[in-house]
Amino acid sequence: MSKVEIHKTLIPATRDFLRKNLKAKKIDAVFTLGKAGKGISYLLITDPDKMDEAMPFYPLMPENAGALLSKLTFSDKLPDKVAVAIRPCELHAFVELAKRAQGAPDNMIFISPVCDGVVKFDHYKNIDDDEFLLELPNVVEPHMIRPTCKICVNFMPMNSDITITSCEKKTAFYANTETGRELASEIGKLYEGDYDEAECIPELKKRQIERRKSFEKLGTMNYDIEGLIDKFGRCIGCHGCSHVCPICFCALCAFESKENELNPENFQDELEKRGGMRIPTDTVFFHLGRMSHMAFSCVSCGMCTDTCPADIPVSMLFARAGDAAQTLFEYVPGRSYDEEIPLSSFVEDELTEVED
Amino acid sequence: MAKKYEPRIIGFLCNWCTYTGADLAGTSRLQYPPTHRTIRVMCSSRVDPLFIIKAVLRGADGILVGGCHPGDCHYQKGNYYTRRRFALLKKIFDTYGLDSERIRLSWISASEGPRFQQVITEYTKKLSYKGPNKIRKEVFL
Repeated sequence: MSKVEIHKTLIPATRDFLRKNLKAKKIDAVFTLGKAGKGISYLLITDPDKMDEAMPFYPLMPENAGALLSKLTFSDKLPDKVAVAIRPCELHAFVELAKRAQGAPDNMIFISPVCDGVVKFDHYKNIDDDEFLLELPNVVEPHMIRPTCKICVNFMPMNSDITITSCEKKTAFYANTETGRELASEIGKLYEGDYDEAECIPELKKRQIERRKSFEKLGTMNYDIEGLIDKFGRCIGCHGCSHVCPICFCALCAFESKENELNPENFQDELEKRGGMRIPTDTVFFHLGRMSHMAFSCVSCGMCTDTCPADIPVSMLFARAGDAAQTLFEYVPGRSYDEEIPLSSFVEDELTEVED
Repeated sequence: MAKKYEPRIIGFLCNWCTYTGADLAGTSRLQYPPTHRTIRVMCSSRVDPLFIIKAVLRGADGILVGGCHPGDCHYQKGNYYTRRRFALLKKIFDTYGLDSERIRLSWISASEGPRFQQVITEYTKKLSYKGPNKIRKEVFL
């Protein structure tokens, strides 16, 4: 593996990297975070002069880029080469979508960092000052980071062409593929140097411990129906969590249709049984149902918590279910394009313990 | 005299095996408790986890998903998918402390009338012992 280093912090270094490659026409466009008005948003840039607006890997996830890339490519692959600068969980989400024929990774060159997590939306949405907005990446403190990011164990990108590590004022670009090598060679002389995953092991261990601890603290094993009602009681039924979820791609979501709504006569039935009922109905049903549909592919990006107007820790609860489901099927979302999705594959001789 | 508690089981039975097996149990006049309500599906893999969750939340005491034995599926491999889905759902139930014994997956072939009788009898007994599904009385779902 070869690497190239730039003596700058992550954002300017990546911006230079992308700008130079765009100028040299090694790539036709760049997909990256950038400044848009008073906020940060994903941008698709083709003009090298417009690269000043780019803020690759700004510590914020306005939308999961996996879902955005799927919107760009679900009918056809990209015609030109695009360098895609996204975080690991976004890349993993896109891999999951591509596996479900919701996007095409052709002509995309993935550039992804070893990720430290992103800032909660709360710490960003009220910023009105341009300078402070640009300053934010330098003043991120642990309490500002999304809780799911702190317990994320897949913070090293899988399937990226270029992996970026950054510490202090040095940013290193490691090329994992031939295409990645070509881009990296534009910046300077390539050194032979392996990206040392061992470097990340202390961090990984720390996060694994943190993960176990927070799952224990969550204590979902003792929830039962009371616990679930307790947790999801505040849900206003906006379904925002499923709208921002990169894995929830179904155009005809079962929960958006009338199919699962109660008819007047059902209300009567239910009332006779219970003597009262919550309206809107089926809150727990929605969340449990969504879990049973997508938990095994949950990349724990944390979009759902960030978007929840009622501050329910949705992403932690889903990460917990995801953890259980992924352990069951020994599946890691985003690990490979070829690995089959657990529910659309099987082994003849397995899981006999669930049969009675 | 207080009415004896009798559990209610919702059974999603596959058309080709378990439903026919249940039919056989009937035509053979095998006795089993009248606790079972049949919903016929063309294949056990038609059963979306949502059906099961909904039945549990609406207060069914037990849910039985019945299909052909592995390898015997009328559609070659439907029941293998069922098994994976069911395993996932059971896992989620366990993870959230819900009673995963209220959902059950059984393979009963078209010729196994006696097995259908046995499954229903046994499951009814187990559920009677457990008592009613408390979610039935829950207001704030």
